[in-house]
Amino acid sequence: MTVDVDTFIGAYPFRHIPHPEPDVLVRVLDREEISEAWVGHLPSAFHRDPSQGNEELYAAVAPHSPRLRPVPIVRPDWPRWELAIADAVSAGAPAVRAYPTQWGLGPHDTPMRELAIATGEQGLALLLTVRFEDLRQRHTMDVAGDLSAAAVRALARAGSDVRLVVTAAGREMIEEVHWSLTAEEQQRVFWDISWIWGPPEDHLAKLFRSVGSGSFVFGSQWPLRLVQTPRANLDLLPDDIRGSALASARAISRAAARAD
Amino acid sequence: MSAGHGDPSLAGPEPLIDAHAHFYHAAAGRADWEAVNAARFRAGERIGITYHVASVLGSYGFTSPTYFPSPADVMRGNDAMLAICAAEPDRVRMYVTVNPNYTDHALGEIDRCVARGAVGVKLLASRRADDPLLDPVASLAGERGLPVLHHIWQHRRREWPSQEISDGADLARLAVRHPRTTFILAHIGGGGDYMHTFPAVVDCPNILPDLSGSGVDRGMLDSAVAALGAERLLWGCDLTMCTGLAKLRALEHVGLSRDELSAIRWRNAVRVFPRKSFPHVEALEPAVAAR
Repeated sequence: MTVDVDTFIGAYPFRHIPHPEPDVLVRVLDREEISEAWVGHLPSAFHRDPSQGNEELYAAVAPHSPRLRPVPIVRPDWPRWELAIADAVSAGAPAVRAYPTQWGLGPHDTPMRELAIATGEQGLALLLTVRFEDLRQRHTMDVAGDLSAAAVRALARAGSDVRLVVTAAGREMIEEVHWSLTAEEQQRVFWDISWIWGPPEDHLAKLFRSVGSGSFVFGSQWPLRLVQTPRANLDLLPDDIRGSALASARAISRAAARAD
Repeated sequence: MSAGHGDPSLAGPEPLIDAHAHFYHAAAGRADWEAVNAARFRAGERIGITYHVASVLGSYGFTSPTYFPSPADVMRGNDAMLAICAAEPDRVRMYVTVNPNYTDHALGEIDRCVARGAVGVKLLASRRADDPLLDPVASLAGERGLPVLHHIWQHRRREWPSQEISDGADLARLAVRHPRTTFILAHIGGGGDYMHTFPAVVDCPNILPDLSGSGVDRGMLDSAVAALGAERLLWGCDLTMCTGLAKLRALEHVGLSRDELSAIRWRNAVRVFPRKSFPHVEALEPAVAAR
């Protein structure tokens, strides 16, 4: 069972994206033999208040449940954010998304720590995005910057129930975070493979050997990026590690398992 | 071509030419250079790459900057590339790398390496693409029928460190001055805004962008095909072969005919490189046979 934990619906503010609609996503999942997708609402990542975007997300994916699972945004420096956690649980969300760099929250700001703890208590994964686009092509108004390794490790250390899914990271960041955590903390951080290089540099293979394939999940960052990329990367692994098991999305998110 | 262990090639049995590859060597300043080269061949076999058309970029920064290689490093790199071609004659072809700031040396390197089998010229970012210093190199390449693979930043909005970058508009000005020379515009997925590149080069039929680079934005391939047509695109990997395979798979879903897919996979490369560069596949191309 392949679960793409890193998909969106909706428009992107800095360039045109063809057909970012839920029914198109379902057709893509069929074609690529992907069982399920965790779906975020892309425009809301750039809104100050994500509430309306979350409502749009819930409504858009509901006809496609349980194939598409909503991953709403919770902004922890916004009043009554705890209600958004309750809504996520009610909607069967496996995770919630947060964008601390877009909100101007630093690695050690208390709201993000409180959010991580709250999601952990509810069995929700906290899904973070390192970047949406390559630095070299960003719009001049896109100044938030990449999520830092310091931000990830601070959240990983926030509590023993915290489960992080970090998307769009590269090898250097993954290694920095992984080796800055205890063995127990490492077990609670998962990385999608959407931005990790394959051969000839073989970053994914090196990470599987050093960090372990069980710390990685399938993610594409559709509709920003080609859905074919993560599978191509897995197909090109060296013989001795091709077929290595990735982490189970159900094991990461107790909320997802509850919603089945 | 097999994906290994008797498996079929991941990209199917049809010929496939990677028009943008690189290899490393002992003087490139990294201990794992042989492993990286071996990984390119391993992945190439699995994907089903018939030919890697490759260059070595001097010392890759070890003894002179990657994008401003010294003449000595240019020669050392080209010698390494010649050696790889000699060791892998059935699957590797060579671009001769030159630094146009050293005109006589650059022209001499082209002569020296073409005599030993180089099939194209590689220009880095040592001088802006529209600079007159590139004219002698572009002229000689045109005379010899060698395509020029030019490193490109898709839409340069400012200077970036460690290279004198060029974009599609810069390359177009050079291409207009040399209409008989074919230019391969490097890696539309290699950084910058490819949507700037397509209109910048659309009126220069002697510019063929390659699809390589780590960038796999949805819409990039569709836009390239819509703007330029399949006859002006070359498949390639550059530093990330996983994204090369992903793009091949994605091309199956952008509305191309089989002939158009073949053009991008290998036929366009056969057309723009010198005759007999790719003997394994040229027999399959009627236009080449009739030439």
